[in-house]
Formats: sequence, C-alpha cells, structure tokens
Amino acid sequence: MTENASIREESATALPALRRDWVPIVLPVGLALLSLPLIGNGATWATLTFAGIAMGMMIFLMASGLTLVFGLMDVLNFGHGAFIAVGAYAAAAVLLRLSDWTGADTMLLNLAAVGIAALAAMAVTGVLGLVFERVLIRPVYGQHLKQILITMGGFIVAEQILHAIFGPVPISLPLPTAFRGSLNFGEVTIEKFRLGAMGVGFVVFVAMAVILTRTKIGLLVRAGVENPEMVEALGYKVRRLFVMVFVAGSTLAGLGGSLWALYRETVTAAMGMEIIVLVFIVIIVGGLGSVGGCFIGSLLVALLANYAGFWRQRWRWFLIFY
Amino acid sequence: MLTRLLSDDLPRSRLLMLLLIVIVIGLAGAPFLFPGSKALNVAVKISIFIVLAASYDVLLGYTGIVSFAHTLFYGIGAYGVGIALYLLGPSWAVVGLGFVAGIAAAVPLALVIGLLSLRVKAIFFAMITLAVASAFAVLASQLSEFTGGEDGRNFRVPEILQPGFKLGNLSLWGVEVNGRILSYYLIFFGSLILFLILLRIVNSPFGRVLQAIRENPFRAEALGYRTVIYRTFANALAALAAALAGGLWALWLRHVGPDTTLSFSIMMDILLMVVIGGMGTLYGAILGATLFILAQNYLQNLMGSISASLVDVPVIAAVFHPDRWLLWLGILFILSVYFFPTGIVGRLRRDPRARRVL
Repeated sequence: MTENASIREESATALPALRRDWVPIVLPVGLALLSLPLIGNGATWATLTFAGIAMGMMIFLMASGLTLVFGLMDVLNFGHGAFIAVGAYAAAAVLLRLSDWTGADTMLLNLAAVGIAALAAMAVTGVLGLVFERVLIRPVYGQHLKQILITMGGFIVAEQILHAIFGPVPISLPLPTAFRGSLNFGEVTIEKFRLGAMGVGFVVFVAMAVILTRTKIGLLVRAGVENPEMVEALGYKVRRLFVMVFVAGSTLAGLGGSLWALYRETVTAAMGMEIIVLVFIVIIVGGLGSVGGCFIGSLLVALLANYAGFWRQRWRWFLIFY
Repeated sequence: MLTRLLSDDLPRSRLLMLLLIVIVIGLAGAPFLFPGSKALNVAVKISIFIVLAASYDVLLGYTGIVSFAHTLFYGIGAYGVGIALYLLGPSWAVVGLGFVAGIAAAVPLALVIGLLSLRVKAIFFAMITLAVASAFAVLASQLSEFTGGEDGRNFRVPEILQPGFKLGNLSLWGVEVNGRILSYYLIFFGSLILFLILLRIVNSPFGRVLQAIRENPFRAEALGYRTVIYRTFANALAALAAALAGGLWALWLRHVGPDTTLSFSIMMDILLMVVIGGMGTLYGAILGATLFILAQNYLQNLMGSISASLVDVPVIAAVFHPDRWLLWLGILFILSVYFFPTGIVGRLRRDPRARRVL
C-alpha cells in the first residue's frame, strides 16, 4: 500500500488517488493573463475580466443542465433555448407586476422581488421541463434524428406560445434600483448586477459540485453518465434519475434565463435561439456530459468574448450574444 | 418518357399523382391562372422552396443527417448573385459569375464542414452546423461594406427581367407578358430542372448508398462504403442545390439581406416543409413546400376570421391570432414526427388494403 492513499473503513484495498488534471483550470487563467499585455491597461483588463467571469457564470447556469442530460441519457435537447426564454418571460412578468418593489429604494425589497421572480421562473421552467420530458422526449429515446426534430418542434411551439401570451414586441425590463450602476475601485468598474449574477452562478456551481461528488444521488448520476446499463443492473432506475436531472437542468435554465433577461434588460422570444448557439459552443468546448468542463468552457467563451470585443470593434460579430 | 424524366421513381399513389399534377400545372400557369403580384410571389416562393426542401431532404430524409446550415448555403448563393450584380452592374455574364461565385463559396465550405464533423454522431453535426450558420449570419450582417449589413443590397437585374420590360406588347389570355413573368418562368424552369436532377441523384446508385447509410451506417461501412465520404458528398450536393436556389431567389427579389436568406426562421420553415411533406421522398418536398407557403400566405386570413369571431374568449382568440399560424404548423410537425414519420406522401402511398401492424 502506498502511504498517502487513505484507507477507508469499508474497503480493504485502497485505490491510489487520481492525479488531478490541472490543465483545464490553467486554461481560463492563462487566457486572462495572456490578454493582459494585449490590452495594456490594467484597470481596463480587470473590468473586462470581471465582466467576462460574470457572463460566464450566467452561461454556465444555462448550459450545465443540457450537458448533464446529454451525458446521462444521450439526449440532446435542442429545445433547451425555449426554457431560457420561458424563464426570462416568467421573471419579467413577475418583476413588472412587482414594480413597486423593484422601484423602491431599499435593497431588501429589490432583492425580494428578484428572488421571487427567479423562483417563479424556476418553477415554471421546472414544470415545463417535466412536460417536455414526458410528452416529447420519452417516446423518442435512443433515436437521435427524431430527438433533434421533436425538440426543435417543441422549441417552435414554445416560442409561438410565448408570442401568443406576451405579444411579439420585446419587453423592456428595468433593473431594480439597488442593482443599477456600478462599483468603482480606482479605475476598475464593476457593475452591481454582474456581481450578483456572478455570486448566484458560483453558488450554483459549488452546490452542483457538492451534490455530484458528496451525495448518493450525485454518485448515481455520475455513475449513470459513465455507464447507464451498469447502474440499471445494480437496481437503480436510471430513467427516474434522468427525469430528475432533466427537470433540474430546466430549472437552472430558467434561473439563467431570468438573470440573462435582467442583464440584457429586454426580453424577446428569439433570445432562446440566440443563446442556445452559445450554449452549444460551451458544452462542446467543455466536453459533452462534463459539468466541470462546462464551467471552464463558459468562462473561456465569455472571457474571450469580452476581450475580443475590446480588441476590435470590427469583431462585433463575435459579440452578438453579448 | 415520363418514367425516364422522373428517374423511374413514380409517385405510386393515384391521389399523390393527382396532387402533384395539380401543383405542377398550377405553378406552370400561375401568371395566367392567378393574375396579381401576390399570387405570383407565392408561386415563385413555392418553386424555389421546392428545390430548397428537396435538397434538404437529400440530407435529412435520404442520408439521415440533420443540418442547420442549409440556409447558410442558400444565403451564400443569394449573396453571390446579389453582390455580383450590385458591384458589376446588370448583365447576364454577371448573373452567371454570381452563380459561379456562390457555388465556389458554398461547395468547399460544405465539404469542409462535412469532413470535419460528419465523422462523428449526427447530433454533433447538427450542433456544429447550427453554430457555423449563426456565426455566418452575424458575419454577413457585420461586414456591411461588402454585404450591406442588416439592410442588405438592392441591385438591378438584366433588362429582360425587369418589371418595365415588355415583350412587344404581347399579351396572353388578357395578361401582359412583362419582365416579371419572364423572370417567373426562368425561375420555374430552373427549379423544375434542379428538382429533376435531384430526383435523378437520389435514384442513382449513389442515392441508394445514402439510404443504406441512413438505415444502418455500420453495415454500410462494413460493405465497403466510406460513410464519411458519402455523407460529405451528400452535404456538398445539397449545398450546391441550395446555393442555386438562393441565386434564383435573389434574381426574383432584386435584393439580398440577412432576413430574407440567412435567418434561422427560414431554416425552421424548411425543416417543417420536409417533415410534414414526408422525409425520404422528394415528392414530399413538393407537397410540404406548397402546403407551407400557402399556409404562410393564406392561412392567416382564415385564422383572422376565426380569431375575430372569438374575440370574447381571450386565450383562444390569441391562439387563433393570424400571426400564430406557425404554432399550428409546429404542432402538426411534432405530430408528424410521432405518428407519420413518412409525412403526407408516406400516408398517401400506403396501400389502404394492406393493414399494417404498427
């Protein structure tokens, strides 16, 4: 036995710990550091980096569910963008009704309004995810072509229903008073809302990491990603697990959508489609099925988007999502 | 003769035959049967979208791969013709140059995308084409010195095709033959020829291999067909046809812009046409495109009247609002994927006497 391998009580033979792979973690840090000389100004760099991290967190929220669902059940939901849009609309509907609270000058009321809106968005998209899974995805498990078509169809229908309910005109959504403006540290500017969004994204990431690595359900999910048949054979219902993950992913998309709506300060039904492209890029870069990869991928894409936007105005096409 | 023309792939259903004849006659005589600029516009759109949907069906229905980049190639074709005419002025040589430029851009791009991403699962190809197509749409709207940005480019077409052109005051059945009608026939016959060529291709040995790949890629590979190569060629072929259709569309519209060629909603329209019409048969593209474009242009009137009669019921009225026609087609799309994967054509071709066990 090696000395440093800890021996657990239940296992007689301990496994040597996996060597930690640092390369993915180094990537976004390296990107940030490399771009420092290219930008030249330290304060600008800090501002951009911060904005990029905040944007990356929001993208992570929207992308993480999709990548887990794919890893677990080999289902790629092209209708995921619809959840984002629905979440955004639900949040907007709640916030516009609570305009007394969002307009008030007290942090607490503002926070409560945003919290209620986010919870409402998550509830709506969670239910929608359940329906989506039951009605659309369940009958076409294992058939990729039909899955793509069906989920696209679901996306079209959801988008049209949003149009029917809220009308085709983009809804403008003013930020609550407490989140307007920015904090200044010397020349470094940090928008308050981005700070909040970053906090939420980080909390969700940590919570996800803890659930996935420290709980039994997380263990089953990870095992299911590795080898679903084996988990079934051990007597667990992977399908039920999958429904759970699917619904969780949908709620996260709803949360991400509501934050994104506040970030953009407008809500349109087309936003789902715009973001889904970004989300696909992120989950492919991160590796399908990997939550950590998705996190790194989101950071990379968002940082790159922010730096590139600074480097050249003509590169605006890279930033359409921004 | 007819058998040869249709590449031995006959409709195999009386009703389908009848519908196809009605559509073809309707399109062939559109300027005289349905005078008026709106009807002519609809007829042109149907002709072009038949080619577009048919070429997409070569990918989706015959090869079994989902691409979201079809409007990308359509747009490249349209921009090729549009920009050539805008920069070099109206002449037939320039039109030809525009088509060549469009093809020269579209086909290599299709080959590269295919070779890079068709090695893996269909799902990755779908994601990658989606990303490439949206990047391209943004590129086209941002390179405004070249493409005209969001506004696009207006340009002049050769004189014969301009609305002001008169064919010696010739009028047939009370309709004056002008440049618009000549353009219409150029596009109609162009589309017809493209469709027949596509029909020929899918019924060739190459087309059989594509179907074999759709049914079972492993077995096709085991039989010695390089699936990557065949899929990539199918992708390039579809791109070629789409680029030609795009060029024709630019000639008709005398304008190119991101909304009319590259937008994602057109991609969705093509998908709906192919699936509702029937995947894996090019006749499905004809039915799907016709049905869809007619619905897009005339269903709204019908829904408007339903909506007006239901004003008192708020939600129902909103659902029947004229702008919600896509909602109904979306639902029809989902139902088609579930219950009739072969679409309308598959339904029509099914022998009513043969009871199939589902």
